[in-house]
Amino acid sequence: MQCQICNKNDATIHLTEIADGVRTEMHICEQCAVEQDIAVKSHIPINELLSNLLAVQPSDDELSGSSEQNLACPSCGFTLAQFRKEGVLGCPGDYEVFEKTLLSLIEKAHNGKTAHCGKIPLKTPRDTKKQMELLSLRQQLEAAVQSEDYELAAELRDKIKQNEQ
Amino acid sequence: MKLTDISNDINEWFDGSGPLADIVISSRIRLARNLAGYKFLSRCSDTEKSEILDKLRDIMMSLDLGDKVFYVSVDQAPTLNKHFLVERHLISRHHAFGKGPRGVVIAEHEFFTAMINEEDHLRIQVLKAGCQISQCAQQINRIDDMIEKKVDFAFNPRYGYLTACPTNVGTGIRVSVMLHLPALKITGQIEKFFNAAKDMNLAVRGLFGEGTEAASDLYQLSNQATLGVSESDIVSRFEKTIIPEIIEYENAARSQLLSKQSDVLDDKISRAMALLQNARLISSQEALFLLSHLRLGINMHQRMGASTPAIEKLRTLCGAGDDPNKASVLSIALQLNYGKPLDPTHRDALRAQIIRSALNQDDPQKS
Repeated sequence: MQCQICNKNDATIHLTEIADGVRTEMHICEQCAVEQDIAVKSHIPINELLSNLLAVQPSDDELSGSSEQNLACPSCGFTLAQFRKEGVLGCPGDYEVFEKTLLSLIEKAHNGKTAHCGKIPLKTPRDTKKQMELLSLRQQLEAAVQSEDYELAAELRDKIKQNEQ
Repeated sequence: MKLTDISNDINEWFDGSGPLADIVISSRIRLARNLAGYKFLSRCSDTEKSEILDKLRDIMMSLDLGDKVFYVSVDQAPTLNKHFLVERHLISRHHAFGKGPRGVVIAEHEFFTAMINEEDHLRIQVLKAGCQISQCAQQINRIDDMIEKKVDFAFNPRYGYLTACPTNVGTGIRVSVMLHLPALKITGQIEKFFNAAKDMNLAVRGLFGEGTEAASDLYQLSNQATLGVSESDIVSRFEKTIIPEIIEYENAARSQLLSKQSDVLDDKISRAMALLQNARLISSQEALFLLSHLRLGINMHQRMGASTPAIEKLRTLCGAGDDPNKASVLSIALQLNYGKPLDPTHRDALRAQIIRSALNQDDPQKS
């Protein structure tokens, strides 16, 4: 499809406008989009992202029937209302105390991922470390299966079996 | 060690050298960590913050980094010094103008800094010139291991390293590269870069981090997700996919300029040189804008009679300052070196004089 403005380049931006019930479509190229000042806002600052995510939180909680809304963390006294206001948590324990609410936020902020995969402290007790390695291997396995890399998947499966023994 | 010792020169990681330096100016990796057994800073009293600060400062000062380190007590530093530390990318604005006991440990060659009591108890960062992300990763991992031998960090098997803001949880890693993309800007294709960054789930910021405008065609590109993806995967994605793609875009725009708009390019570069060599008063914004074009000229192998390190030195010394709203009036390095705050006209005159003498070395009469 050619750009409706310059009639030269391929149209890569497709706009649909509905005004007073009338639908109009526009197909233009990137260059003309810039000239017409029709640019896609591409950068959302972290704090804006965070407040957007938090804004949708209550409905999620209603669905899960969470009682975390009125809870205060036993170790630091922190509440979800304070988190909404400040954007930061009160103590490491909050990750467990407010797990239900935080989980969907964490999922959205990290591309759907909810489990750590990466460095483990040198001093982590061995069984926790083993658990972590297993968790990481399983995540890699999932990715290998998704990308249809069955050779790697078989290798990972063997490793997981070995680790489980 | 005083701040004026480093304000007179430019830091090693920002001197225009290093791999792929015509587009990738610098590489930076930051790790966020919190001490186990302490609350996050929003719930700490000043006494607890002082305890954390003392503990971490002593550890950071005792590390074997292969370079001397010095400590700046940020809460007690004069305002001019705080601005300088931000302008020099050694601390964040949040750290400079935050509350309560806090400080920063800086390696003399500025490749390493450790902010204590910023948003998290500890934020360490390693910086290098050009595209050296895996080198940054190796070095910061080694430093992190050294620190971990002396303290326990808050860590949970499911969520990894626990951070005050859930957007940093997991690895706590932020990989950033500073990119010079003048040709994409001149050819009106910078949106292409923004869209590519968005598709790859990366954040784009200006020269001085979150909330600052892109000055002098410099953009910081960094990862957003820190959970569910390992440090090495993030690093290799930057090196193998992201950076090559952006470099390809910028180089295509540069070739396009050369083949279709060489007059426009020559004009922009020659004008930049002429103005910088002759101006008697120059604002920091104008200086940054013109220096960006001059850097492009040098990188496109035009004989400009100046080198990239010289441009970088001028940019650092005469730069915009850290506050986008006051970009035209601030340049802290300039004032720190002069020994006292200057009014805007004097600043513009001093800036113009420094640039003239650097760019007219063959013809001292002009400067």
